[in-house]
Amino acid sequence: MLATAQTFTLDGLSARPVRVEVDVHRGLPAFSVVGLPDAAVREARERVRAAMVNCGFEFPLRRIVANLAPASLRKAGPGLDLAIATALLVASGQLDLEQLGSLALVGELALDGSVRPIPGVLAIAEAARERGRTAIVVPAENGPEAALVEEIDVICLESLGQLTALAAGEWRPSRPEPMQLRLSPGAGPDLADLRGQRHLRYALEVAAAGGHSLLMVGPPGAGKSLAASRLPSIMPPLAPEEGFEVARIASACGRLGEGLAAGRPFRAPHHTVSPAGLVGGGNPPGPGEATLAHRGVLFLDELCEFRRDSLEALRAPLETGWVAIARAGSWRHLPCRFMLVAAANPCPCGRGEADPECSCAPLAVRRYQSRLSGALADRIDLLAAIRQPSAEEIGGPPGETSTVVRARVLAARERQELRLGPGRCNAEMTPAELRESALDEDAASLLAESYARRRLSGRAHDRVLRLARTIADLAGAETIGYEQMAQALQLRRRDQE
Amino acid sequence: MTVPRACPECLRRAQLLAHLAPYIEKIATGAPGSRSPELLRLSNEDLAAAAAPKVATRVLAGIDAIPEKRLRGDLVATQCWACCRHDARYPPGLHDAADAPWALIGRGDPALLERLEPQATVTVVGARRASAYGRGVARELGRELAAAGLIVVSGLAFGIDACVHRGALDAGLTVAVLGCGADVAYPAAHRSLWRRIGERGLILSELPPGTGAWRWTFPARNRTMAALAGMTVVVEAAQRSGSLITADLAADLGRDLGAVPGPINSRASAGANDLLAGGACVVRDAQDVLDAMLGPGLRKVEPRGPELEPALVGVLASVEGGEQTCEAVAERLDLSAADAASALATLEALGYVSCSLVGVYSRTMLVAP
Repeated sequence: MLATAQTFTLDGLSARPVRVEVDVHRGLPAFSVVGLPDAAVREARERVRAAMVNCGFEFPLRRIVANLAPASLRKAGPGLDLAIATALLVASGQLDLEQLGSLALVGELALDGSVRPIPGVLAIAEAARERGRTAIVVPAENGPEAALVEEIDVICLESLGQLTALAAGEWRPSRPEPMQLRLSPGAGPDLADLRGQRHLRYALEVAAAGGHSLLMVGPPGAGKSLAASRLPSIMPPLAPEEGFEVARIASACGRLGEGLAAGRPFRAPHHTVSPAGLVGGGNPPGPGEATLAHRGVLFLDELCEFRRDSLEALRAPLETGWVAIARAGSWRHLPCRFMLVAAANPCPCGRGEADPECSCAPLAVRRYQSRLSGALADRIDLLAAIRQPSAEEIGGPPGETSTVVRARVLAARERQELRLGPGRCNAEMTPAELRESALDEDAASLLAESYARRRLSGRAHDRVLRLARTIADLAGAETIGYEQMAQALQLRRRDQE
Repeated sequence: MTVPRACPECLRRAQLLAHLAPYIEKIATGAPGSRSPELLRLSNEDLAAAAAPKVATRVLAGIDAIPEKRLRGDLVATQCWACCRHDARYPPGLHDAADAPWALIGRGDPALLERLEPQATVTVVGARRASAYGRGVARELGRELAAAGLIVVSGLAFGIDACVHRGALDAGLTVAVLGCGADVAYPAAHRSLWRRIGERGLILSELPPGTGAWRWTFPARNRTMAALAGMTVVVEAAQRSGSLITADLAADLGRDLGAVPGPINSRASAGANDLLAGGACVVRDAQDVLDAMLGPGLRKVEPRGPELEPALVGVLASVEGGEQTCEAVAERLDLSAADAASALATLEALGYVSCSLVGVYSRTMLVAP
């Protein structure tokens, strides 16, 4: 007898439909799975056999063939277990599930028949809705995640045995409560922890207000990492659809289980990260740190220690907001619109040339600093030079809280959206939009003079204009004034002469 | 502002040089004693007869037939002007040389011509293939000399010359004397430098606009450079180099001669070291040049910057006092980060401070008034 069940397999961040066809007929007892399964799918045979037996079903001692269609698609992961088991139960006449034609099933089976959670349920539920399924059967633990998708019935299954009750219509679980997507930062790390450091605070505020990328240079222990980790707390809350994008990525990486961290993502990969780890890769291609930081902050501590090829790989994604990964047979497009924050020491020993303790050879310092003006650094707008805070500052009163700063950032972002359109910020201004920005006479002459004296390159000219626009937005000004232009000139990242 | 003038006779001399350039090239290169083209002392007729005996009369007749309108039209079309030896603005130093150009064709602000007095002008020349040491010294020297108010003359060649011009442009005035027409950017790689000098300084040549460079025109322009300035400084020159021609010519005119010492085992500096051994003045910095030209200690190298507001004076003082980041300045003076940033950016725009790649500020040479 033949039975089919609909399931989905995860392909990057999106789900692809898979039809499971199970045929049970006479012959030597055997169980084979065909249709490009990976190792985890092939092992499903053993899990399915044990789960069925342990739930009181009978494993048919006949010739069983499970075919996964389309045969050309590579199927990965254990999420197909439940669909194979269900189709096998129907095919062997042990289960009479009328609704099977309108159901989608996903889940991994344990040997005792309980259903284990799988990654990517959010994307799978969305795909099931688009394929016209009326209901989706998911592992109980993934229920709140699947319930985020509206207009599809979510059935939470704890064990394979519950299928009998479901088929008989005796049991109908209620729709699980959808998971809360916490869009604004909660009681996480607060900017108040950063004491003193007014210039750094100011740079953080400007960076958050305009979505500008930031480079912090200073001795170890001066508060660079602390400042970076507080950045998401002063950024505007995620829009609902942005929160959904972030949740979808976290779900596909299997990180949504314990719920989404409040607010924007913050990723700080170690400096030994490979290009594939940073932008995504492998075969089949999976998302990297850049994608995990989508709509949030990607923090590169010790920028000069990162592998050059890793940083090179980040260049194009930083510009386009997408990572394109091509592999033989598959091609992926992963979103990665993040804010880049980098930190570096001023010289190899970290103290900085100005410190009498610094023992670095001038040539070594130059070689080290030359890495700060490489291809990636060219995309960084802001520079904050940090020094070791004094004892009074560390012992002094806490600084402004994130909530206060965020209110100013939000006001500045609203002005930008009015001017540029919803969801856009100054860092994304096109050259044409830049030319339109209004400058008063003093600001224009200051910029022109800096440019004429060769203190600015063409690229830096535009960077300064963007920064000045953001600073004016923070000040609530329509036109960029002298003060704002001067501040932008000071805050800009420096190029090597 | 009055435009300098040139009489048709002197303009025709320039045209004659351009027409005879290939002939002079033939007899002047390779021949012994060609380093200083004695030919240029000759009158028009003698020069033509010496350089191109077969076509002398035809060339002379052709030059005489050029209408004055075209002579001047060429200048206007190329944004050049000319100043001949009969004009009051003709640089006085050139009168000392018997073979000085009859007319100078220039680009840039002609008002600068009047300031080209030997006691206020210094020529800095050196090797085209220069070491990093030489280039660094040249740039610094050019900047300090210009900042001290001297007009810095050089030849727009690769290496030392270009560094001198760049340094001088950072702080003051510079004059480039070319071995081709003043409207020709040669070498082409220096086009942007040539343009900047044209905007903020002066470009001079004795050849009419459009004339290309010949091998003999470089030693020829060296005599102009030597005569223009009260002192000639050689930065890094090998033995038998073109810079030594300039030095010889300057010495012949009785001008001061200086050289920057180089490593004794470096061939690139052998010529400059020879000059020192022969009694040239040792040039270690701009102060040495000022002392040699004006007398010891009469003027100090003290570039002065524009006026500062009181608030900026405080910020400048704190940078001088060792506060090197915006953070530290804000903390010391208890300014908001935005105010400190804006003050530092203003000081940087005025040239009082400079900022490194890692955001560390340092004081420049500029002295506050």
